[in-house]
Amino acid sequence: MTTLGFWIYLMSDCLIFAVLFATFAVLVGNTAGGPSGKDLFELPYVLGETVLLLLSSFTFGAGVLGARASRKGQLLLWLGVTFVLGFAFIAMEVHEFGALIHEGAGPGVSAFLSAYFTLVGTHGLHVACGLLWLAVLMHQVVRYGLDGIAQRRLACLSLFWHFLDLIWICVFTFVYLREFL
Amino acid sequence: MLGKLTLDAIPLHEPIIMGTLAVVALLGAALLGAITYFGKWKYLWSEWLTSVDHKRIGVMYIILALVMLLRGFADAIMMRAQQAMAANDAAGYLPPHHYDQIFTAHGVIMIFFVATPLILGLMNVIVPLQIGARDVAFPFLNQLSFWLSAVGAVLVMMSMFVGDFAATGWVAYPPLSELGYSPTVGVDYYIWSLQISGLGTLLTGINLVVTILRMRAPGMDLMKMPVFTWTALITNILIIAVFPVLTATLALLTADRYLGMHFFTNEAGGNAMMYINLIWVWGHPEVYILILPCFGAFSEIIAAFSGKPLFGYTSMVYATSSIGVLSFFVWLHHFFTMGSGANVNAFFGIMTSIISIPTGVKLFNWLFTMFRGRIRYHSATLWTVGFMVSFAIGGMTGVLLAVPGADFVLHNSLFLVAHFHNVIIGGVLFGCLAAISFWFPKVFGFTLDEFWGKVSFWCWQIGFYLAFMPLYVLGFDGMTRRMNHYSNPDWHPWLVVALCGAVVIGAGIVAMFIQFAVSIRHRHAHRDLSGDPWNGRSLEWATSSPAPFYNFAHIPQITSLEQHWEDKVTGRAYSQPDRYEDIHMPRNTGAGFIISMLSLVLCFALVWHIWPLTSASLVAVIVAFLARTYDRDVDYIVPAAEVARIERERYARLWTSVSSLELHPHRAEKAA
Repeated sequence: MTTLGFWIYLMSDCLIFAVLFATFAVLVGNTAGGPSGKDLFELPYVLGETVLLLLSSFTFGAGVLGARASRKGQLLLWLGVTFVLGFAFIAMEVHEFGALIHEGAGPGVSAFLSAYFTLVGTHGLHVACGLLWLAVLMHQVVRYGLDGIAQRRLACLSLFWHFLDLIWICVFTFVYLREFL
Repeated sequence: MLGKLTLDAIPLHEPIIMGTLAVVALLGAALLGAITYFGKWKYLWSEWLTSVDHKRIGVMYIILALVMLLRGFADAIMMRAQQAMAANDAAGYLPPHHYDQIFTAHGVIMIFFVATPLILGLMNVIVPLQIGARDVAFPFLNQLSFWLSAVGAVLVMMSMFVGDFAATGWVAYPPLSELGYSPTVGVDYYIWSLQISGLGTLLTGINLVVTILRMRAPGMDLMKMPVFTWTALITNILIIAVFPVLTATLALLTADRYLGMHFFTNEAGGNAMMYINLIWVWGHPEVYILILPCFGAFSEIIAAFSGKPLFGYTSMVYATSSIGVLSFFVWLHHFFTMGSGANVNAFFGIMTSIISIPTGVKLFNWLFTMFRGRIRYHSATLWTVGFMVSFAIGGMTGVLLAVPGADFVLHNSLFLVAHFHNVIIGGVLFGCLAAISFWFPKVFGFTLDEFWGKVSFWCWQIGFYLAFMPLYVLGFDGMTRRMNHYSNPDWHPWLVVALCGAVVIGAGIVAMFIQFAVSIRHRHAHRDLSGDPWNGRSLEWATSSPAPFYNFAHIPQITSLEQHWEDKVTGRAYSQPDRYEDIHMPRNTGAGFIISMLSLVLCFALVWHIWPLTSASLVAVIVAFLARTYDRDVDYIVPAAEVARIERERYARLWTSVSSLELHPHRAEKAA
């Protein structure tokens, strides 16, 4: 029941991203004389972020396998790796945003940059929440063991984490890659 | 340190606001004093504020809505008074900036803090009872949802006394709602109150969909589900589909106002029309979110008081579902004048007209349900008949507005204002009031006073026509909405009539509160001992009134669409079981209340740009939520002996009322 509820929540979250993607599509050309995506984005850097996030989905899956086999150590180890990868992703994104703002391409420059920062930033915010959840869940597994509650929350977080991966693939494709087609 | 907040934020020079503040402060102090005097704080905390019982949460939603109705109505009568005065040389008594806040607050309050909580409250109370469940799927989340909605209402009320409210109209179109044109905190209050209550609404939507999909009693397949639950299901699916759009849209406006972005500004490539599209992608389904459960309530009421099964149950389900789908294809009719071209306008005009077909199906179903029925004119029936007449008129003016050519003439005129009040008062409000008088005994164990109920109905009905029919005329005469002053003397008499209508509606509201007071006073005379005061048809009437906190001692086995009616006809109803089982129930918690109060601080800090408090309260909200996830003691077992004791009392009451059971016509029919 909780998993169904969480699925439905994810669908509603998906609609928030749908609005942000639609907004981005409308505003992507409105650079107002400022820089466009082609001037700003470095594809190899973003590819690095993508690899980190995709890898973290894989390691999360490995952790879930551990939980299925009731191997607490394996679960915690892989969740730890996932946390590190997710954290590295966030660090890279914050660095990227910082560099853009430093170059004078902050979110207030044009409608395009507003849409870009909001879409990518909202995804980043979700990943940050996921990291907090990951840390809390690991602590709860240590404290209470792998009981039914932990299994249920792990299933939800797993959905959340893979969902964010899916959103990132769309971000990577429609925000970054399309500039270089 | 305090951000934009200074002592100047309190409008000391506005006598109307300060007078209101004095009255609110006095009433508030009296209320708190009374609670202390009668020693009810503990009761209030342990039985209500921390309750996770869906019935109590539903009741709190409805109380919130009725309190906010008083505020929304006060705004309405102030506007009507202003427009009845401010003709030609007279300026009226409300300065434009205050008047603009009033019409904005009126719309926001009536939609978000009256109609929405009424609907959510009714669904909360009725849905689990109708499907034979003991609570909703996520009881704690339900509590959190309610208190988040309450926080939104508190923020709107606060804005009157500390700072100001948006002066932009209830959907806050940019660029007017951007920082350049609305530099005060009014729009910020608007944004945060809608964000916080919208979050609550979304969580309720998820909760109720899971409840309906997963917690129906065994045997209740989808086509054996009572029609109110069907409408609730579609409404909650709509909530899940569109409230995220509202959240995202307001977040973009927030980014413009707080972070200097350019989504909807006139400068740097912003596009204000995008906001208007997005807000109506939410806004149009929103009106169906409000009306569909009312359609469901009318269906239950008309079947019960006609003594017949609902005519065309299947077509009702399909009509409800198709309205749900069609509601996503009509949003552009709110701005035909945008200039998106004849073809786009034609598409949305045709879609809008098509939506009247399933609605028409429903109207005929209700009429055919009444046809050759044994109709009892209870006040709930009166509301239903009143609705059918008013809604038909409102529907027809809606189809008229759906024609883009006609809309170019009537756009933003009082004709439009009359139209949507016609459907929202005549549909949503009448529906909720009908539902309250119908289901009241199920929650409180006694029926409402009929005399004052009928007085209230006639005042509303007559007052409504007096208040809004003149607005149709004024719309044709070219009067636009939201005017603080006008110089056309021909309009004046009509606006005086409209003011009289508003006064009559006010009498209807007073009559409703008298009805509650009289009913509570005479509650012993109006006890509902049988649990089935109207000779009802669906499952909620099978349990006692008031329903026990666990709703059903045994989860019923469903064999029929009208389970309780069938049980009565076959003689299976009211048979006392031999033995009872332990019942698993959620435990009360203060977490939802505490998290919401911390969110109130967070929103207030955000409105006033008090950044240290913002960070502190944000951390507090997160910590409070995480603390709840560490709570392992969230449920308990009611022992079978306790259930047996409660049920024995119930059956003892039932047998004393056996004469009232014999009044039920089907018993006589069966005997014959």
